[in-house]
Amino acid sequence: MRIALFVTCVTDTLFPDTGRAVVGLLERLGHEVTFPTGQTCCGQMHVNAGYAREALPLVRRFLRDFGDADTVVSPSASCTALVRAHYPQLAEEAGDNGLARESRDLASRLFELSELLIDVLAVEDVGAFYPHRVTYHSSCHGLRTLNLGDRPLRLLRAVRGIEVIELPEASECCGFGGTFAVKNADVSMAMLSDKVRHVVNTGAEACVATDNSCLMQIGGALRRQRAGVRAIHLAEILAQTP
Amino acid sequence: MTTTGFPQAARQALQDPTLRRNLDQATSTIRAKRDSAVRELPDWPELRDSGAAIKARALATLPEQLVRLEQMVTAAGGTVHWARDAAEANALVAGIAHRHRATEVVKVKSMATDEIRLNDALAATGIDVVETDLAELIVQLAGDRPSHILVPAIHYGRTEIRSLFERTIASGDALPDDPEALAEVARLYLRRRFLSARVAVSGANFAVADSGTVCVVESEGNGRFCITLPDVLITVMGIEKVLPEWRDLEVMLQLLPRSATGERMSPYTSLWTGTRPNDGPTQFHLVLLDNGRTRALADEVGRDALRCIRCSACLNVCPVYSRTGGHAYESVYPGPVGAVLSPQIFGLEAAATLPWASSLCGACYEACPVKIDIPSLLVHLRGQIVHELPGHAPERIVMRSLARVFASERLFARAQRLARVGRGPLAKFPPPLVSRWTAMRDLPLVAQQTFREWWRERENEAGHL
Repeated sequence: MRIALFVTCVTDTLFPDTGRAVVGLLERLGHEVTFPTGQTCCGQMHVNAGYAREALPLVRRFLRDFGDADTVVSPSASCTALVRAHYPQLAEEAGDNGLARESRDLASRLFELSELLIDVLAVEDVGAFYPHRVTYHSSCHGLRTLNLGDRPLRLLRAVRGIEVIELPEASECCGFGGTFAVKNADVSMAMLSDKVRHVVNTGAEACVATDNSCLMQIGGALRRQRAGVRAIHLAEILAQTP
Repeated sequence: MTTTGFPQAARQALQDPTLRRNLDQATSTIRAKRDSAVRELPDWPELRDSGAAIKARALATLPEQLVRLEQMVTAAGGTVHWARDAAEANALVAGIAHRHRATEVVKVKSMATDEIRLNDALAATGIDVVETDLAELIVQLAGDRPSHILVPAIHYGRTEIRSLFERTIASGDALPDDPEALAEVARLYLRRRFLSARVAVSGANFAVADSGTVCVVESEGNGRFCITLPDVLITVMGIEKVLPEWRDLEVMLQLLPRSATGERMSPYTSLWTGTRPNDGPTQFHLVLLDNGRTRALADEVGRDALRCIRCSACLNVCPVYSRTGGHAYESVYPGPVGAVLSPQIFGLEAAATLPWASSLCGACYEACPVKIDIPSLLVHLRGQIVHELPGHAPERIVMRSLARVFASERLFARAQRLARVGRGPLAKFPPPLVSRWTAMRDLPLVAQQTFREWWRERENEAGHL
């Protein structure tokens, strides 16, 4: 299958290893990955901060970059959620029915990584090897907007050598929330403290998630505390082979 | 009330260990009860759909429903009053109370009367108001403000309540540290008030237009004392509380108790229609309160907040509320739904920081029994505030510039290179916004090679093969 990668601006700039892992993983599974080089940012920060109008050029740009693709994959639950759940509405509010139709059409061809693997490619065991204890944080938009359910966990449990430990209060937000982390820094830190305490208490070597923004928040605190626990994207575990 | 804005007020609250412990215990207990009460019902998703549809229908046909309600209440012997705002509603209630020469009124716990600050208004005209809900009474005796819609004294622990009662209604007696004994002290105090008061004031959980019936749901039975014993009953009700038909209660009375207290049914569900000879109050006044609601109704997105049935499920599941408590919201309506109701009822300026008091995690939407998409409403209100209120011009300029950068592949790639160079100094000498991040977290490294640079290199290499 020919799959276009929507890498997201955060992953592109700060976590390119995740992007490389997605490419490596999908190619290993026998698929062709393309990267529409015009892509930049889906506009999630703008939309969530109240700048939906200002984000409209980004919506158009996204549709121009990915409109032709048969299948699009993204390693970010929240960016996927924005395109799928909000693009059509943004276009409608702007009075652009054509754009709304296009984005609804694209939304049906866009998948978060674990959705693509399980629902479209029908694989649970991707042949990965990761001999470590890990715990899984379910990113809010993956959990509640995309309804990923246990897809990421099923993929993780099929990895050879891995030990998956349940994270207490796994479904509670890590406190990132985009600009929330700086606009309400104190509340964000209170939420993050609890999240990191739960992660550390599991005794895991790595905290896994499906969104690099959560991992930037959780990982940033784990590194600051010299906790000896790494934050890692699901794709990077699935890409590892013996 | 002077306000400092949510971030400041939250910061204060977060530093109070007793508050944090009380809140954590209380919200996690109610959360667990709610979860098990909801899990019992296989048709919970359908019930939520019905609840949302019933409220949406009521709001879409609000004028007809309210006129019908007025007709039916009047036909049943009640009197209906219309109040445009808090001042009108307060004046109406005070006028009725004074006509009956009341010096004291007993009150059923009610959000609408908290919203219009009825207690202060009545006190200013010489009327003594007694809150009869135990938690409201605690807050009133302490001269404090409620911090939760359903559990106003959620920020109190048992020992704090004991010493409060010792100072106030127990007239100096030393009290034991057990809930039953403390409840007994309040019970004795309140019973005397129920017997002496001639006027009672309540809110309403629902009012059925078709029958003219008003409904109050409560746990203690103190509300039922108020609505049955005194001679005159005044109900202040937000206009959005109306339900078209009697059968709508079948759905709402399943959704509300399970969402609110995690019970299948509340211990006391009181329903009354006008007045009846020799049974309950001889006079019933229904005050229909607008106070910003028609303005909210005119907003195609914001109007969904009017579906709220004040169950508080969103407060209890909210990772923000469960850490800051209600006072940080500086509004009678705290928590996620408070953050969407307050700016609409009290005006954007009065609650301008509340729409940001959320990480948009969506736990509120998931718990809401009438499916209010609170995260979307928060984002909608953010948009109104940043575009309409003064003080947001600098942020608007930054966001517009960023949008321009993001809209161009060339500018975006250049910004990435700039970030790579700037990251070092930013991490070493963080400016204000960045320091809020670095206070607790390391700044992520900007990759030596971005993904797009790696991809181009790979393509080039493949091209040369």
